[in-house]
Amino acid sequence: MPSKSKSDSEKAPLGLTLSAIGTLLFLHVPLFIIFLYAFTTDEATYSFPLPGVTTKWFGVALQRADLWAALTLSVQVAVVSTFVALILGTLAAAAVYRSNFFGKEAISFLLVLPIALPGIVTGIALRSAIGTMNIPFSYWTIVIGHATFCVVVVYNNVLARFRRMSGSQIEASMDLGANSFQTFRYVILPNLGTALLAGGMLAFALSFDEVIVTTFTAGQQSTLPIWIFSQLTRPRDRPVTNVVATFVILITFLPILFAQRISAQSADSEGGSK
Amino acid sequence: MLNRASTYLYQRPKLILALLLGPPMFYMLVVYVGSLFALLINSFFYLEEFTGLIVRQFTLRTYLQLFSPTNLGIFGRTAGMALAVTIADAIIAFPLAYYIARYASPRMKTFLYIAVTLPLWSSYIVRVYAWKLILAKEGIISWFFHLFGLQPVLDGILSIPAIGGSSLSLSPIGMFITFCYIWLPYMIVPIQTALERVPKSLLEASSDLGANATQTFRNVILPLAFPGVVAGSIFTFSLTLGDFIVPQSLGNSRFFIGQAVYSYQGTAGNIPLAAAMTMGPVVIMITYLLIARKLGAFDAL
Repeated sequence: MPSKSKSDSEKAPLGLTLSAIGTLLFLHVPLFIIFLYAFTTDEATYSFPLPGVTTKWFGVALQRADLWAALTLSVQVAVVSTFVALILGTLAAAAVYRSNFFGKEAISFLLVLPIALPGIVTGIALRSAIGTMNIPFSYWTIVIGHATFCVVVVYNNVLARFRRMSGSQIEASMDLGANSFQTFRYVILPNLGTALLAGGMLAFALSFDEVIVTTFTAGQQSTLPIWIFSQLTRPRDRPVTNVVATFVILITFLPILFAQRISAQSADSEGGSK
Repeated sequence: MLNRASTYLYQRPKLILALLLGPPMFYMLVVYVGSLFALLINSFFYLEEFTGLIVRQFTLRTYLQLFSPTNLGIFGRTAGMALAVTIADAIIAFPLAYYIARYASPRMKTFLYIAVTLPLWSSYIVRVYAWKLILAKEGIISWFFHLFGLQPVLDGILSIPAIGGSSLSLSPIGMFITFCYIWLPYMIVPIQTALERVPKSLLEASSDLGANATQTFRNVILPLAFPGVVAGSIFTFSLTLGDFIVPQSLGNSRFFIGQAVYSYQGTAGNIPLAAAMTMGPVVIMITYLLIARKLGAFDAL
């Protein structure tokens, strides 16, 4: 597939190309297999080749109230966590971009900690803190957990955009008599737009399929990933799980593709400068 | 009014900074770091076994429990798996990262970059589930072995004591494959980044000075790519260390750190022990991060 590349670099050795293709297949074929299994007629095992093909499980999945409840919860949590992350991430990025202060280096470290430390650490830490303070586990405790690791993706995206934005625009705006709020509204915000969109999409995807922290911060409710996890350990509805898994792949892939597209476009429109 | 507020703020950059930094720092420090701190404190309490109550009194006895043979076994098993996964991922990731960094055309590069990062951001649980399907006794892998009459080979692999099991989906080897699969993108991206920073002139200089392709690769490219490997290994190692979804879904009854923590805090209600147990990965990760920083891995992140 890369044989028609017009780049001036020399051609890759065959062995390298083949192993690169092999790795790509390794990354993507398993997801395709889930898609395949969504159509199986086999209810009790994961047998392959599929004994038969049917589309009835999509209908069955649509009828399941527990799935709808899990989906609604997941979407609600993801939307609110994304919203919180957008605000906190943008504020932190703005502070780091515009000022020098003691401990500035520590900010990035602090924000990246929730995704650098194993999820189980974040999970149990929040759980014991929530438990100690006798806060009932609820929808909001899930959001609190998700927001901690969503902030960093917004922060990274917005900070990168700030750094590519030229300061002269802001100066020009101020010189022309706009006050800080007007400058923010008419100059900074439009510039940040796509970075916020991209960061928000990634945060949404991250929250939507998070499972480790959620198992610790959720009470009795189950989000869609938790529902899938329960099926992984005690499979009861195999065909329906296949359908749900296919759906989760789609719903998380789309925002990420979209986010990458807008990031790429805005990089192009700025001449690809870094 | 707004103008006055604007001027007021403009003259007080420290106030602006406080307003900007306040909410995110409050959240991260109070909610997140505060929780981590509470966890640390909890690890110095202990569970009174007769009453089942947590005694809030400074003690090191919970940490002593970590050195029981069972818990040491859990640590060793988990760290061994994390190490194996990290090495395997570095080997699997390198060719693709190298291809993307050196040979792909710009359009191809964008495509490949998306192909690699798409699974990085999404569907963690679904990707574990995929391997439950693939590795199942009646699943694709078995079918494949069967097709080529290699059933005895598969049975042979599964009968190896430490890594085998009744089927691939219930064995350490199945977990290993799944872990490698799930964390692979985290290894590809930093290696690719490191490789892209290798200036072409260095490679030209190397060949001008008479090195052949293999020598250039070994003496120029590999050392410069190493920080990328270390950066990637931070993720593969840390993520494997703390994961309990994969061992729970695909493993056998022998616990990993994540599972142990989960069960100690859940059914056993022994939060101090669970807390002390997580300090293991935390200490390992912090040490690891410090070493990695020395090796210059953070530049490749």
